[in-house]
Amino acid sequence: MMMSTPKKILFYILLVISAFLVFFPVLYAFMISFMSGGEILQGKFFPESIHFDNYVKVFDRLPLMNYLINSFVVSFGVMLGQLVVCSLAAYAFVFIPFKGRDFIFFLFISTMMIPWEATMIPNFFTIQKLDWMNTYQGLTVPFFALAFGTFLLRQHFKTIPKELHEAAEVAGLGKFAFFWRVILPVSKTSLVTLGAYGFLTTWNMYLWPLLVTSTDQVRTVQIGLKQLQSQEVATEWGVVMAGVIVVIIPTLLLLFAGQKQLQKGLTQGALK
Amino acid sequence: MKADAPPKLSFWRKSLNARSALLYLFPSILLFAVFIFYPMFRTIYLSFFLTDQQGAAALFVGLENYAYLFESKEFRNSIKATVLFVLYTVPTGVIIALFLALIANERLKGIGFFRTVYSSTMGISVAASSVVWLFLFHPSIGMFNRLLNVMNLPGVQWLLDPDWALVSISISTIWMNIGFSFLILLGGLQNIDEYLYESARIDGAGYWYQLRRITIPMLSPTLFFIITISLINAFQTFGQVDILTKGGPSQATNLIVYSIYREAFVNYQFGTASAQAVFLFICILIVTILQFKLGEKKVHYQ
Repeated sequence: MMMSTPKKILFYILLVISAFLVFFPVLYAFMISFMSGGEILQGKFFPESIHFDNYVKVFDRLPLMNYLINSFVVSFGVMLGQLVVCSLAAYAFVFIPFKGRDFIFFLFISTMMIPWEATMIPNFFTIQKLDWMNTYQGLTVPFFALAFGTFLLRQHFKTIPKELHEAAEVAGLGKFAFFWRVILPVSKTSLVTLGAYGFLTTWNMYLWPLLVTSTDQVRTVQIGLKQLQSQEVATEWGVVMAGVIVVIIPTLLLLFAGQKQLQKGLTQGALK
Repeated sequence: MKADAPPKLSFWRKSLNARSALLYLFPSILLFAVFIFYPMFRTIYLSFFLTDQQGAAALFVGLENYAYLFESKEFRNSIKATVLFVLYTVPTGVIIALFLALIANERLKGIGFFRTVYSSTMGISVAASSVVWLFLFHPSIGMFNRLLNVMNLPGVQWLLDPDWALVSISISTIWMNIGFSFLILLGGLQNIDEYLYESARIDGAGYWYQLRRITIPMLSPTLFFIITISLINAFQTFGQVDILTKGGPSQATNLIVYSIYREAFVNYQFGTASAQAVFLFICILIVTILQFKLGEKKVHYQ
């Protein structure tokens, strides 16, 4: 359908104003990350010059590099763990008919009704008893199993033609070989969607890392931001904003690259 | 029929599928058991006890923790703040995201750019957003008070005034959630059959008519879903409270998860903290059950 020109202009105006309002906080933070203390006090929007002093400082003040590596390790860990655990479960739900499937399916659904915050106290003690405080395991393993991820993959597995399964059985392919060599390769897009989702949510996790890290050793960038903000608030906002920008760049890039995919996947996993 | 086959063997064979299925499901089931089901039961159990510093149950007190909570001014205040927070954030957030999804669903040149911008807040962590908003709300150099200043209005103590703090937290939360809600609603809009609009246009229906008669009804399952998710998210809010206000001023922003966190990990009162956690669980359970009941006809889960 062709839109009339005045209508088009109206839509563009709405789109541009909304984009500016939505993106303003990030844009402002970006500008501030290049400003000196004086400029910030004057209330400028554009920095006088582009210099990276604040970025150098933020890496000096905090073991930020260390935190970034930790966040990457933890996010990748959860991502891989979720992909393995969820795809195995989804495979069983779709391709292996067995008694009690409805019951197990119900168990999976019921996990979605339990808010994670309602279980955090015993979970904290479990991690303590396992001696997993300040370890990567403590930050990752509790999040490997995910009902939402299982359903997302199950949804995709169900679209795989039954003939493929039959052909594999005729060819004498075992269950695991079928899963590994046929199902996973044809489900790449859903796996990527779930992977991106897992990475994004783990990177942004706040409360759990706050609970199970007490030293800088495995601390993640989100906790780094909290430290930075409480250290610097009164004085150097430029340094704090430089920290913010460093922390959001990886996830923003991931989101920009995978926005379409993520949108499709989330809507499917949520609604079908 | 092999009715006379040895029953043991036949059971072993019959259960072949069940056994291999369990093998594939084992990691999930184990992890759910250890990190979701066990701690949920443990939370309920602990809520009936007084605990020691290590979180072990020390003295059975029955429902006293609950009785104590509902009499405590602090907890009632926390419930009030949470309810207000839900009311401030959910409707406004959904309406803004719906507006953005509607204007970004038009087929215009460069629309991809706008979609990316609108979904961007999803990629920004709660901690990062909160730090940025902390600056925007800054009493002297923050942007909001500068704007008020320019308009010759008195500045507002956004995060320090008990009347404003919850509103400020809500504003920042709405912004943080826009990206996700937008993405889901846009997906819902794109699933609506183009054919419906074409026939409406042939009948000469205008934009608003199409919006009321086609878009909103067809989008209702998605809207319903996003309202539920927003509600649940609002109940689970923590990071922005921890960074922006620490539950203050005078507990105006002491939302329930923050209250649980403080009770457990600052005051070491694991019994009453567990009772609060059970209360949170019940609230979210009610929302989820309502979603299942009301959304049954429109939304499919399988």
